[in-house]
Parts: sequence; C-alpha cells; structure tokens
Amino acid sequence: MSSVLYDVPGPKARRISLIGSIVGSLLILGLLAWIIMTFAQQGIFEGRRWQIFTRADVWMLLGNGLGATLSAAALAAVIAFPLGLLLCLLRISDAAFIRIPTRVVLEFLRGMPVVLMMLFVLLGFGTSPFIAVVTGLVLYNSAVFAEIIRAGIQSLPKGQREAGLAIGLTSFKSRMLIELPQAVRRMMPSLVAQMVVLLKDTSLGYIVAYGELLRAVQVMADFLGTQFLFPIFFVAAAIYIAINILVSRIAVWIERRGSKKAAGGVAKAEPEAAEAPVP
Amino acid sequence: MDVILENLPLYWNGFLRTLFLSAVSGVIALVLGTLLAAARVSPVAALRGFSTVYVEVLRNTPLTIAFFFAAIVLPRLGVKFEQFEIAAIIALSTYTAAFIAEAVRSGVNSVPVGQAEAARSIGMNFGQVLNLIILPQALRTVVPPLINILIALVKNSSVAGAFFVLELFGYGRQLANANGDAVIPVLLGVAFFYLLLTVPLGILASTVERKVAIAR
Repeated sequence: MSSVLYDVPGPKARRISLIGSIVGSLLILGLLAWIIMTFAQQGIFEGRRWQIFTRADVWMLLGNGLGATLSAAALAAVIAFPLGLLLCLLRISDAAFIRIPTRVVLEFLRGMPVVLMMLFVLLGFGTSPFIAVVTGLVLYNSAVFAEIIRAGIQSLPKGQREAGLAIGLTSFKSRMLIELPQAVRRMMPSLVAQMVVLLKDTSLGYIVAYGELLRAVQVMADFLGTQFLFPIFFVAAAIYIAINILVSRIAVWIERRGSKKAAGGVAKAEPEAAEAPVP
Repeated sequence: MDVILENLPLYWNGFLRTLFLSAVSGVIALVLGTLLAAARVSPVAALRGFSTVYVEVLRNTPLTIAFFFAAIVLPRLGVKFEQFEIAAIIALSTYTAAFIAEAVRSGVNSVPVGQAEAARSIGMNFGQVLNLIILPQALRTVVPPLINILIALVKNSSVAGAFFVLELFGYGRQLANANGDAVIPVLLGVAFFYLLLTVPLGILASTVERKVAIAR
C-alpha cells in the first residue's frame, strides 16, 4: 500500500533514495556512536563490568526474577481469561439489572492504573506482593478480556444467535455453544496481544516490591555495586523485550493464519471451534 | 472520608501534576509518533528500518523498564536531570510514541489506495500526498484509537509516582503510608481522581468514534 504514495523510483530517484538512505544511516549510526561513546566514557564496556555474567549466581538470580515474572503472568492469565468470559456474559446479559452494574464495574476497572490496584490490594488487604500483583493484573485484564470478547460477539452476524434460539437453545446455551466459541476464535489476535500487555505489566510488580525481573536487577545492583547496574539492567531488559516480541509474533502469526483461512472463501461450520486455544 | 477531605490540597496538587505530565508527554508523543509513522512509509530505507525497529522494541518494552532506564540508569551514565519530571516525560513520551506511530500507520493503511493514486496522478509528490491527502484522512480514522492511547498514557503516568515524581499516585502512596488505618479510603480517593480523567476521555473516544469517523 505504501508504495502507492510515491512513483516506482527511476534511476535518479533511486540515487537520491540511496543517498538519503546513506545519510540517514550515517545519522542514526552517528547517534548510536555518540551514545556508545558517552557510555564508554562511563566505563560501561570495561570487561570487568561484564565479567559478572560468568558467575552462576548472577544468572540464578536473574532466572529467579524471570520465574517470578512468568509465574505471576501465567497465573494472572489463567484466572483472568475465564473471569473475562464471565464478565462478558454478564455485560451482554438480557437483564438490565445485571448488565448495567457490570458495565459500571468494567468502566471502573478499565479506567484505573494497574499499579494503583496492586497497591490497593497490597496495603488495603495486607496481602503478599505476589497476590497483590496477580490480583491487580487479574482485575484489569479480565475487564479488558471481557471487552475484547464482547466486541467479538458483536461482530458476529445476527443470524448466529437467531439460529441458535430458533433451534430451541436457551439464550445462555446459544451464547456458550454458538457465539462465544466464534467470538473467541475471531478475537484471538487481540487476546494474545493483550497477553503481551499483561506480561509487560508484571514489571509493575517492581513498584509493590514483588521480586520480579526488574526487582532482581535492583537487588543485584545494590548488592554487587552500582557499576554493575547497567550490564545487569541491559541483560534483563533484553530478556523482557525478547519474550514480549516472541509473544507478539505469535499474535501476528495467529492473525495471518486466521485471515488466510477467511480468505479461503467458503464460510463453513467450524466443528473444531470448540477447542479454541488457551491464551 | 475525613482523610480525603483533610488532604484535598495534596490530591489536587497530584491531580494537576498528573495532568501536566500526561499533557506534555502526550504532545511530545503525538509529534514523535506521527514523525515515526511518516518515516515508516517513506521511500528512504534507513528511516523505514529505524522506525520499524524503534516501534517494535519500544512497544515490547515494559513501561517500568523504560522508567527504570530514564530515572535510575541514565543518571548513573552521567545524564543528570534537574528534576525527575524530565525523566518521567522522556520515558512516557518515547514509550507512547511507539503506540501512536502504530495507530497512525494503520490509519494511513486504512485510507483507500485510490486516494493516493488519484493524488499521485494529478502530480503530487510524496510530501504533498502525505500531508494533503493521506494524513488528514488517516488522522480522522485514528482519532478514537489515539484517544484510547492517551487514556492509557494518563494511567501510565502513575508509574512516575514510583520513580520520585510526586503526582497523583506518588501522593497516594505517601498518604497511604502516613495513614495506615485509612488506606482504603485514601486509595479510593486516588482512584476517583484518575477516573475523573479517564472516564470522560473514554466517553469522548466513543462519541468521536461515532461522529467524526468517516463512513466508507
């Protein structure tokens, strides 16, 4: 699409573009070089600063931090997804006295900073940081999951629900057997993308003193000396970003696979829809 | 309840600081994000590559990591800030810019190809096509997602409270520590002030979505 914005470059434009590319690259490289020089002046690249990574206990602490991050994210996701389904069902309930309060609750949960919810649970109920982190993540993400799935259900053709009701299913059964499986499948890319957000938000645990990856960095820097702060931080950030990019890629892959299937044309019944992959 | 009323000036200060942080970071992020989106669709490969890498990395960076970098790692590397607000604004705006770039880019892609083709065929160059034809239309399509990003920005500014900036969350934490017996009302007060910003913005987003969006 973007190629429509400009002509197919001729020899002159290609030359200009090449020059632009070279100048642009030089500028960016220059910026990088300047950053690296500045860092080098601080002695960041001295071998001894990076030698700590030859120590097993440094990796063990990083591993513990990563484990804490992943376990909080996994537990939160496992609880938040079914809760999101439930909230979604309540949100689209036929009864106004269920639908409206649920809507208010969802607006409330989505309008609040996650870190505030974590602090609320931590201080208000005196729980352990782990429980505070998981509860904060569950509250926020179940609300978001509910909204995503609701958008999925609303995007379904009306006939799906009508057909369900017409063959004598109750409203609830039609939701569970006909609409939800399709909605979840349709919204899979968004749901997985939200998983990345959830994973990223575990780092807020740092603020409520949960021993996740970033907290591990801080602890190690305090313990080993601040000259090791940057190397440890760098490695931890790289781990975090690598994991998130991996999960994002999965979302993109699911999206591509889904759109390929849709492009296949024939809208046939999807008997395998019931076993929608767990996010 | 008394705790909230007694400390209303603090809440108000925090609220204004949150508003300030969000507004300044929001403006910077909008400019930076639009530039990144333009770079992403430009003919110059180096700019495209840079923009792609920037967006991909920043979008997958936890905000806390960005804050940690700006507020704790950078000063150790010799980049000193007069105030921690500056670190907070750097972290928030560079982080948010990546999301804005993605939103604007998908807006650019949502403009029908015929628009660009027509503009090209009447002899406009890349800059004209982008500025006069594509971006005005794309910006309209991206207004609702942009507002949602700004809502997220307001909420994300709470992370600054943990990195030495006294905004709403920072004051809330102080008050909660000072009033151990009334933690729940104190934090509900903080929540109220956040909702004061996020709920109207959310309503605005859905209104705009209905009204401004062009029916295609």
